[in-house]
Amino acid sequence: MTIQQPEVETSPPVSDEIRKTTCYMCACRCGINVHMKEGKVAYIEGNRDHPVNKGVLCAKGSAGIMQHNAPSRLRAPLKRVGPRGSGEFEEISWDEALDIAQGWLEPLRAKHPEKLAFFTGRDQSQSFTSFWAQNFGTCNYAAHGGFCSVNMATAGIYTMGGAFWEFGQPDWDHTKLFLLFGVAEDHDSNPIKMGIGKIKARGARVIGVNPIRTGYNAVADDWVGITPGTDGLFILSLVHVLMKAGKIDLDYLSRYTNAPVLVNRDPDSDDFGLFLRDDHGAPLVINRATGQLAPYDMHGVRPDLNGTFRMGDVTHVSVFRLMAEKYLDPQYAPEAVADQCGVPATRIRAIAAEIARVAFDEAFEIQREWTDFRGETHQTMRGRPVSMHAMRGVSAHANGFQTCRALHVLQILLGTVEVPGGFRFKPPYPKPATAHPPPHCRVTPGKPLDGPHLGFVQGPEHLALLNDDSPARIDKAFTWENPMSSHGLMHMVISNAHAGDPYKIDTLFLYMANMAWNSSMNTRGVMEMLTDTDENGEYVIPHLIYSDAYSSEMVAYADLILPDTTYLERHDCISLLDRPICEADGAADAIRWPVVEPDRDVRGFQTVLVQLANRMKLPGFTAEDGSAKYQDYADYIVNHERKPGIGPLAGFRGDGTETGRGAPNPDQLDSYIKNGGFFLNHIPEEAQYYKPWNRAYQDWAVGMGLFDAPQPYLFQLYVEPLRKFQAAAEGKGERQPPDHLRARLKQTMDPLPIWYQTDQQGNDGFTVSALTQRPMAMYHSWGSQNAWLRQLHGHNPLYVPTRLMRAAGLKDGDWARVTSPHGEITVPVLEMAALNDNTVWTWNAIGKRKGAWALSHDAPEATKGFLLNHLIHELLPPRGDGLRWANSDPITGQAAWFDLKVKIEKAAPPDGLSESQPATPAQTSPIGEGPKTLTWKVGK
Amino acid sequence: MTDLPHTTSRKMGLVIDLDTCVGCHACVISCKGWNTENYGAPLSDQDAYGADPSGTFLNRVHSYEVQPEQGHAQLIHFPKSCLHCEDAPCVTVCPTGASYKRVEDGIVLVNEEDCIGCGLCAWSCPYGARELDLAAGVMKKCTLCVDRIYNENLPEEDRQPACVRTCPAGARHFGDLGDPGSDVSQLVAARGGMDLMPEMGTKPVNKYLPPRPKDTLSQTHEQIDVLAPFLAPVAEDTGGFLGWLDRALDKLPGGSN
Amino acid sequence: MHPAPSVIVFTTLSGLGFGLLFFLGLGMPEVTGMVAFVFYLIAYALAVGGLLASTFHLGHPERAWKAFSQWRSSWLSREGCCAVAALLTMGVYATGAVFLQSHWTLVGALGAALSLGTVFTTSMIYAQLKTVPRWNMVPLTPALFLTLSLAGGALLAGQEGQAMGLLTLAGLTLLAYWHQGDRAFALSGTSLATATGLGARGDVRAFEPPHTGTNYLLREFAYVVGRKHATRLRVIGFALAIALPLLCLLLPVQGLMAKHLLAALAVVLHIAGVACTRWLFFAEAEHVVGLYYGKR
Repeated sequence: MTIQQPEVETSPPVSDEIRKTTCYMCACRCGINVHMKEGKVAYIEGNRDHPVNKGVLCAKGSAGIMQHNAPSRLRAPLKRVGPRGSGEFEEISWDEALDIAQGWLEPLRAKHPEKLAFFTGRDQSQSFTSFWAQNFGTCNYAAHGGFCSVNMATAGIYTMGGAFWEFGQPDWDHTKLFLLFGVAEDHDSNPIKMGIGKIKARGARVIGVNPIRTGYNAVADDWVGITPGTDGLFILSLVHVLMKAGKIDLDYLSRYTNAPVLVNRDPDSDDFGLFLRDDHGAPLVINRATGQLAPYDMHGVRPDLNGTFRMGDVTHVSVFRLMAEKYLDPQYAPEAVADQCGVPATRIRAIAAEIARVAFDEAFEIQREWTDFRGETHQTMRGRPVSMHAMRGVSAHANGFQTCRALHVLQILLGTVEVPGGFRFKPPYPKPATAHPPPHCRVTPGKPLDGPHLGFVQGPEHLALLNDDSPARIDKAFTWENPMSSHGLMHMVISNAHAGDPYKIDTLFLYMANMAWNSSMNTRGVMEMLTDTDENGEYVIPHLIYSDAYSSEMVAYADLILPDTTYLERHDCISLLDRPICEADGAADAIRWPVVEPDRDVRGFQTVLVQLANRMKLPGFTAEDGSAKYQDYADYIVNHERKPGIGPLAGFRGDGTETGRGAPNPDQLDSYIKNGGFFLNHIPEEAQYYKPWNRAYQDWAVGMGLFDAPQPYLFQLYVEPLRKFQAAAEGKGERQPPDHLRARLKQTMDPLPIWYQTDQQGNDGFTVSALTQRPMAMYHSWGSQNAWLRQLHGHNPLYVPTRLMRAAGLKDGDWARVTSPHGEITVPVLEMAALNDNTVWTWNAIGKRKGAWALSHDAPEATKGFLLNHLIHELLPPRGDGLRWANSDPITGQAAWFDLKVKIEKAAPPDGLSESQPATPAQTSPIGEGPKTLTWKVGK
Repeated sequence: MTDLPHTTSRKMGLVIDLDTCVGCHACVISCKGWNTENYGAPLSDQDAYGADPSGTFLNRVHSYEVQPEQGHAQLIHFPKSCLHCEDAPCVTVCPTGASYKRVEDGIVLVNEEDCIGCGLCAWSCPYGARELDLAAGVMKKCTLCVDRIYNENLPEEDRQPACVRTCPAGARHFGDLGDPGSDVSQLVAARGGMDLMPEMGTKPVNKYLPPRPKDTLSQTHEQIDVLAPFLAPVAEDTGGFLGWLDRALDKLPGGSN
Repeated sequence: MHPAPSVIVFTTLSGLGFGLLFFLGLGMPEVTGMVAFVFYLIAYALAVGGLLASTFHLGHPERAWKAFSQWRSSWLSREGCCAVAALLTMGVYATGAVFLQSHWTLVGALGAALSLGTVFTTSMIYAQLKTVPRWNMVPLTPALFLTLSLAGGALLAGQEGQAMGLLTLAGLTLLAYWHQGDRAFALSGTSLATATGLGARGDVRAFEPPHTGTNYLLREFAYVVGRKHATRLRVIGFALAIALPLLCLLLPVQGLMAKHLLAALAVVLHIAGVACTRWLFFAEAEHVVGLYYGKR
């Protein structure tokens, strides 16, 4: 019998046109192909040519069409008509909205620019928004790094001139052993997945160090279910074992790090703990070839790791000798740390041995000649195929900075940074802390700020303190409480502004940050602060302007809403001046452009900032003749020059053929669009490794405009600026910390990585660690408005390890009361075996407030979903010393989300109903609710 | 026609690597997007923004915990879509001939014009590969992107299923499993690719690559012995260590004076 | 499996209807004229009503006619063909009986066979499914459908003698079906270990479903009925479908009226009982897909 089968059209037309732009469904900034049919968005896929994602795309990216069409999109500017928090608004015109904003801002600029606090959340245009804030003149600007992963970034910059993600990546093509620590599954997500896939296909191994075995840790060949907050101790134990076995790269350490640099060891000296330097300020080493002192960068020098030098009465010893003293101490032996880390000593040793085996037994050479900064030419590039990656998991602890330092130091000791098979920087990194500006905070009414807000302090002289030693910034960044807070402390802004500490502000201007919900610790407290009134019945924070594309929880708390566009309707630039998207082999930047025009009365936020700047005639936005320099953000992207010839975009400058440096090119955006929405310039082969010390790389970087002159440097195993703060705490120097902080500064600002237990005051009886993770398919609070993504994660259970389930008599679907020193929640539980047995966790930001995101009030996100934030406070429990200590890292101010300790007990379903507690009353939706049924099809 | 072909010229299908799948759902949503816009009726969603959202998906990622006799529990992410069985029960039960298996490549399809939405094919499928779309009233299933893999309007490298093209970890492979020389067949042979529910006799074309052994470091004494030499101490205290350091530095090129 | 009312109504009523047609086709009772008309009206109402009910669960009932095409491979298609053939054949036979006072024995026998064949094809729709081990029992599942259909048909046809025997037979079949069905899933050899292929690595446990939201598969296949509840329903179902109707038939009562009333009561009880066991037939049936979702 013959089979008859229908004819299938196997070559249907796919789309009328493909428009290539940049995704914004999370922070990864992948390239996307937007397939258009009849002028509408029909399908989104990854762009194969794009350096970030090379064609692949995650669930969020593929669901972009549902975000672009989400019913939660705001439609027009809104003016609050009900009380704050109610969500009652009326739609107004843009003219009226801009009049209101100008009416609030202009008088502030004339008299008290610092009374504007401008914080921009998950902003991808920070070089622009900071430029705006700088020209407005306020010192109070930052984005969300302070409550995200500033520990990782800052520790990396101070240690080696870069960290993970935007800063660098494993050498996926050569690495044979990849260690992951505490990864946030939405950070660098596609590249990490691609990398893991690539190395696994080669049979390379992955070790995951994480209390939770999901995602990348689920595919790890070995999983270390570590106790939260002890990663630093675990890493230092690896350092101990590797040093003791001599499994460290001595040649690398002597050439490329400050291990041989001499340190003053005289406790009575003003320079105790500081480097011995020559008259030009260059750190000195002992030249092993001569036994004499020599500057570290002298031609032909053989820096001695074992160097000592006596000058008068003062002994100087090498950094490496200090490290040997410190880390060979038995306190770091695996047997000594095993219980605290929750990892058996045999396993720590086995992992150390595997690292040693791969780094040294599987070392290899690439035949590629290169010349280092001292002028020595090397015939080959030696590879050590061990690489590492870490993100928020190890970062968001009060010991996170030193933990991240420890991780970077471990990589450096192995000689695996910037070598084949190891960890590689992406331009414009490597870039040491000394090449970044220090923070600026000098406010002059009517004038711009004295420089960029954020930066890297080199010592107490760079702290953002006023003449009376009070904090200059509303978030108290760069103060003795957190001297190295390079990303600011967005999470402290509302509570400080509410408390009037260090001063009161007038207008809080926020962009894309859901501070009234999942982006704040102590969510309920923040909602109360935003609605609190003074004795005159006025709001304590008088004005609140918010820009967002969607009807988030934060919208309800603003007085004025400036509705943003979706990411497919806007111009953006992913700039080398900002958080770039480069790869280890090339510099890249990219744009977004309106692949569709908005069908609502909304404007791109950056364009609105340009319009506000033009109304106020802010200096950087105004030509000498008083006319506006830029009409909108696209105009700024093309025509702005940071320095002559250097603009937001590096590609197609001048006549369209110049790269990095060149005059503005009016056709630049068209060139980007024709090129697939991005620009990529490859690093020459001989410059691709050893970048901080590689002359060819330094020269290429200067040509690209990444810096103005070659700036080779040493990796800072020993971070001198940390020592300077420690010295101040010991009473040395002019700028002195308040007495109550001296002990803590002395302890925590150790110039060599240390581990310390985070503050457990008030945690008596709260013994279980509680964590959040972000699902790979969701990005902060955005996923729930997406009809496809919310089916994946419509509510979040509390995942409880088997041991605790049994102990509390819980079974799947039961409700548990989870208590912390700060609060209580009642939530559904689910058993998980592949989990540290003293840790519970849940997905972050799935819980929603009723009325937000155009969801119905009975949506599972609003009934079963919950936030762990209610259990976390921005301050630690009172210690009885009359002071309230911040729940953050004492060095950077990073929010210590993951230090949370709880207890868990079985509970009846709250009120006999099935709603998680606490339940927040509904907000009114300014845009109604979404439709019931979706049958989405653009074509036909 | 609901009779199954005796043989198909090729056996196109997927190979899914459980060792590499990180459970990101990229394939799920990419599939949803492509198949909403393309082959047949769109994949609809009910109560899309309400209390009980549900929709038609042709590919879903499960997760399982495996507790080995010794060692830590493991979490395995497990994507599942139509396996395009050689002996597909969903085809033979169809009363209208809407379900069929293509002779040229073995892809199992539903001709939506003929589907009465009785659901019997879904009942007969052990894998849960078929979902009745509530808006369209017809059975939806993975088409292996039959409208992509031969599509002359797509560049050659894009002629693969949407889920494969988008998978960030490279955990999904597409090819002819009837050709022992194909990349996918080689992969299956090398990694011990397996069938799901072989006892059902459906002879799935799609194969699953099992996870590699996990948590092998320090699980055995032999291994500790193998690794121990790498950690033999060079000295027991700091003084001894610095002595070793001097000797070691002397051995470095140009280190001795 | 989700106990969809449309399918319960369909299998219950059409089973009875075709059971009655079977007896009518064999001339039991050999009625003509108005009496025949009433009998056939009841039989057709049940059989056709059941068939119509079954179309309620179709996504596209207007295309139902296409279901006649695949009789070579599909039991559902065979059921459709067989049902139509049975109804047409019995229609011819009924025309003879009602209007022409004739009983065309051969036509009737053919109609009876087709009627019984319809019930058999219905049962095979379920019995063929390896995916539902509790149904995938040949000959037990077809036997259950057939004996219940015949017992019900006999009751409706007033064939008390046969009814008692058939009820007893159906009761025994039902008990056997339950007994064997309770073991079927385990005997099938399918488990989460084979479903995932991960069984050799250790104990496999479904951790989380793919979506927190529900879906067609869960609505259709993952129906959980409590063990106590099921036991109670089995007792009730058995009593209503088998034991009580038997009692009604066995009760020594005087007078035709009382006898008819008891017979009518037996029919009503039996229908309720069959519906009850049919609900259980679906609700207790576990689809192997449930394994993937950690449900059975």
